[in-house]
Amino acid sequence: MADSWLLLLLTLDATLRVATPLIFAAMAGLFSERSGVIDIGLEGKMLAAAFAAAAVAAVTGSAGLGLLAAIAVSMALALLHGFACITHRGNQVVSGVAINVLASGLTVVLGIAWFKQGGQTPALPDSARFTPITWPLADTLDAVPVLGPIYKELISGHNILVYAALAAVPLTWFIVYRTRFGLRLRAVGESPAAVDTAGISVTGLRFGAVLACGLLCGLAGAYLSTGHSAAFIRDMTAGKGYMALAAMIFGKWRPWPALAACLLFGFLEAVAIRLQGVALPGLGEIPVQLIQALPYILTVVLLAGFIGRAVAPKAIGLPYVKER
Amino acid sequence: MTAPGEVPRWVDIGLIPLINITAAFLVSGLVILAIGENPIEALTVMLRGAFGYQEGLGYTLYYTTNFIFTGLAVAVAFHAGLFNIGGEGQAYIGGLGVGLVCLAFDGALPFALVLPIAVLGGAAFGGAWAVVPAYLQAYRGSHIVITTIMFNFIASALMVYLLVNVLIQPGQMSPESREFVEDVWLPFMHEMLGWVGIEVTRSPLNASFLFALICCGLVWAFIWRTGWGYAIRATGHNESAAVYAGIDPKRIIVLSMCLSGGLAGLVGLNEIMGVQHRLLLNFTAGYGFTGIAVALMGRNHPVGIVLASLLFGALYQGGAELDFEFATITRDLVLVIQGLVILFSGALAYMFNPIMARWFQRPAPSPEATE
Repeated sequence: MADSWLLLLLTLDATLRVATPLIFAAMAGLFSERSGVIDIGLEGKMLAAAFAAAAVAAVTGSAGLGLLAAIAVSMALALLHGFACITHRGNQVVSGVAINVLASGLTVVLGIAWFKQGGQTPALPDSARFTPITWPLADTLDAVPVLGPIYKELISGHNILVYAALAAVPLTWFIVYRTRFGLRLRAVGESPAAVDTAGISVTGLRFGAVLACGLLCGLAGAYLSTGHSAAFIRDMTAGKGYMALAAMIFGKWRPWPALAACLLFGFLEAVAIRLQGVALPGLGEIPVQLIQALPYILTVVLLAGFIGRAVAPKAIGLPYVKER
Repeated sequence: MTAPGEVPRWVDIGLIPLINITAAFLVSGLVILAIGENPIEALTVMLRGAFGYQEGLGYTLYYTTNFIFTGLAVAVAFHAGLFNIGGEGQAYIGGLGVGLVCLAFDGALPFALVLPIAVLGGAAFGGAWAVVPAYLQAYRGSHIVITTIMFNFIASALMVYLLVNVLIQPGQMSPESREFVEDVWLPFMHEMLGWVGIEVTRSPLNASFLFALICCGLVWAFIWRTGWGYAIRATGHNESAAVYAGIDPKRIIVLSMCLSGGLAGLVGLNEIMGVQHRLLLNFTAGYGFTGIAVALMGRNHPVGIVLASLLFGALYQGGAELDFEFATITRDLVLVIQGLVILFSGALAYMFNPIMARWFQRPAPSPEATE
């Protein structure tokens, strides 16, 4: 009993770690899409940010500078996306695909040119990473039944970015639902013409949203290469950007349900690793691939309207043409 | 007479795409400069690798074949106003279809029978993988971009499952099926040319290249010379107007995606039946995504797609050559170029339009002149 309890805690602990980049990226996508700009490029921004973080941290030995570089690079790509889709009214999906392809190529080309390790960055020492923070008295309280292990295994012992991701959700909720910017953001995603009539710049709002998206993707990327791992590895995002996109849609473009979706998807991934080759009583062995595909299958089923209705912002994907 | 903001046709279909591509290559050149190499030298190596000798040319055309199929796939969907980002998954599942046909019938049926069944199998599997997102878009309103992305991941998980657990050749470690009997392999180009007495170096180029060219002709005829093609273009231009023309856009969405997925599925013909001769993992290697760049660059027209496919085929083959010649440039550079091409000829396609419009707009005839 005690063993399976610990196993559950460890799985939940892994869930949190796997879900962190998803949470950042899902909140990022939420800002962008709520303003009416589709963002397929979460993946690319995250990847470029992961590279920037690891490269700068490797050179300077500072995780903080790495984080700043990650955010800068990711926001630069976000600006490029904005320049293409908002300024030049280009196709938002095409621009996102371009950013993804560009990032997957550029990170490796620059990585090989700068570090000569086949596209990887040098392994980072702990001093150049975001290392786990052990909360006060974690070991002392371990003896307390039930709550002790929860405190020690689940709450304590993550790096600062994990907590930042969890804090990003209420913050996103507050900004989107309780501030003037948020109100305008939601309005511009539903009816840009109305926002324009009110004398507010559609372009300005959308650029603001896209930049917020870049900031959060930068955090996600930095977490991958300097928090979760200790180096940049080629294509290390491995579809996490798309999965975050799915989680955001699964959460129906709202922060709290999106968080729940991220945790669910993270849990599935953590479970998939544990269930490899294990036969469950009554079910037999569940193919790992099925569990890994489940987030995508669930999202398709949701989009098909079989689990409630997921309604996208009305003006999503449509460039705004100001009437002259 | 061109309206304000418009440009003459030759500028629109000739000059602007050329400027966009040039911009993409200029930025790529800057990237090469930034990592301390010589862009001209890199370009020379790529060109020589892609066209300089027979084997290189063979490889170039072999890559071209894949890009023609995926480029056509994206283009057909574009004509209906749909963005099929799932070419990768459809090609993967299409290859499964081709492979299953070969595994089922090799040694039992003659090549002349297996070939049409394999073509149908590949197209049917690829098409089927596109039909679900198409149906959901048409009848349930789910966004096709998202669903096709999801289907890429589902396809990849499915293929891993099938190859690891079901199709794997017993007694071996790597997840691959058994090799097909040699009778059902598509003939290589060097073999076919050998039959008529022309000696060329061995390369993976095979008969599917010719089939890809035929498909270009078929797609052109279908899109521009048939009622269905007209319905697809009408839906793509203006869905509500299409309704008044008696077209059912829902059915057109499903039809065009079916066709699109089928074309993507034919990648399997080249890769599985032509080159690998067995089912294996990740044989699509990003060809589906490159199809997006190809279609954008080729302006969704078969002729443009062939040219764009040739360019990307040369980039892929020339890029492989970079690995040997340079210490610091690898074939990943091709991804950078590809990304920039998508950016400039896709997302920023209209960036240069206002400038061009200013340059090429003929001054409106003044009243005195017309009198």
